[in-house]
Amino acid sequence: MGENLEILAERLPQFADGIWVTAQLTVLGGVLAFVIAVILGLGARTENILVRGAARTVIEFFRGTSLVVQLFWLFYVLPLLGYRLDALLCGVLALGLNYGAYASEVVRGAINSVPQGQWEAARALSLSPVRRMRKIIWPQAWSIMIPSMANLFIMLLKGTAVAYIILMHDLTWESNQLRQATGDTFFSFGFGMIVYFLIALVIVLIANLLERIAKRRLGQLPAVTKRTRASVDLAGSHTAGTGGRG
Amino acid sequence: MTFSWSWDTTFDVLPDMLSAFLRVTLLATVVGSAIAAVVGLVVAMIRRLAPWWIAYPVHGVMEFIRMTPVVIQLLFAYYTFQQFDGLTIGIVVLGIHYASYMAEVYRSGIDAVPKGQWEAAAALSMSPRRTWQRVVIPQALRTTVPALGTWVISMFKDTPFLIVIFVTEMVQTAYASGADDFMFLEPITLAGLIFLAASYPTALLLRRLEVRLARY
Repeated sequence: MGENLEILAERLPQFADGIWVTAQLTVLGGVLAFVIAVILGLGARTENILVRGAARTVIEFFRGTSLVVQLFWLFYVLPLLGYRLDALLCGVLALGLNYGAYASEVVRGAINSVPQGQWEAARALSLSPVRRMRKIIWPQAWSIMIPSMANLFIMLLKGTAVAYIILMHDLTWESNQLRQATGDTFFSFGFGMIVYFLIALVIVLIANLLERIAKRRLGQLPAVTKRTRASVDLAGSHTAGTGGRG
Repeated sequence: MTFSWSWDTTFDVLPDMLSAFLRVTLLATVVGSAIAAVVGLVVAMIRRLAPWWIAYPVHGVMEFIRMTPVVIQLLFAYYTFQQFDGLTIGIVVLGIHYASYMAEVYRSGIDAVPKGQWEAAAALSMSPRRTWQRVVIPQALRTTVPALGTWVISMFKDTPFLIVIFVTEMVQTAYASGADDFMFLEPITLAGLIFLAASYPTALLLRRLEVRLARY
């Protein structure tokens, strides 16, 4: 064990590089997936049948063909057609398209589950469709979609390990290098998995925070919880300023 | 460089790919799903019935499996249990990985069975075993079957991950057939289309099943 830790300490810079590659794939892939999800999700619920049909086709196509196939297509087939993309870009595109298609259903479902009265009220105030979406519907849909989005984001994090298949030096690759250096499978992959797990925990914590902020903005959570109010009271004077919008 | 679709290549690679599809991809999906469905149910019941010192660790392990990539789990298992062949390892790892998702599905399905059903079973002095078998599980299954099906499709599309432990499933077969002369266009496109052709109708059927079951 001590020997393993020494080798790990030696290889820590490479490991950090591997984590960096995984983090880039996760964050860039996640941002792309979110943008695609919003476009496809909104497209899939417009009244124009052409737009809707196109959105549905794209969604079903990228959900139905496997992530690995999409990655292989971008990495091996696209260069034959004259477009050679960087491996990282291939990974980001494949992850973004694949999980974006899944996430578009989350966006669509969340928008649809905003109560009918909200739509009618916005119409009664004669808000334009864009303003209605931006000011009334989206903030509510956003707070509904956060938990599912967080789950998908964790799926995407786990999906980044496909980069290993096209020989990118990501966290999985570095864990495998550590295995070869130490000869200890349990230690090496165990360490790699713990790092993945910790990244996933960070995602969960951020999602919880975002959800609280979103709900607080909507007035669905008290701005000051019982616990903080009690501590403020103990501290004495500061009660006045913390009322907020709750 | 322009590139055009060659039907000759297509028909050259198709038999091998279909054979790999049946022998590996489909086999892994079917057996893997069976493992996932059974292990998932066992885990869900342990979490509900077992004393905390069993339930908590089991829950913790399943959460860990759910939150880490199946690729690294495959590598871990492959190099730990070297006496087994890649396909066996792959099927078991996929099964256990997806069991962690299915356990969640069962859990919410069991939670959705109304409390009155438990009370009615108790009032009829049914044994706990009989209550589970005849009252709770049948009702829980009704809400869970479509959700389980979604995870099966998901596992189906994850079978190409088996490449990392050197299993020649369909995508690997496609890749290998093109690797000599860089003829990747036809085989890899075909692989995608085969996945689409198999998963999309299944997803449609599941949606109909969901609507039908929801009627009760």
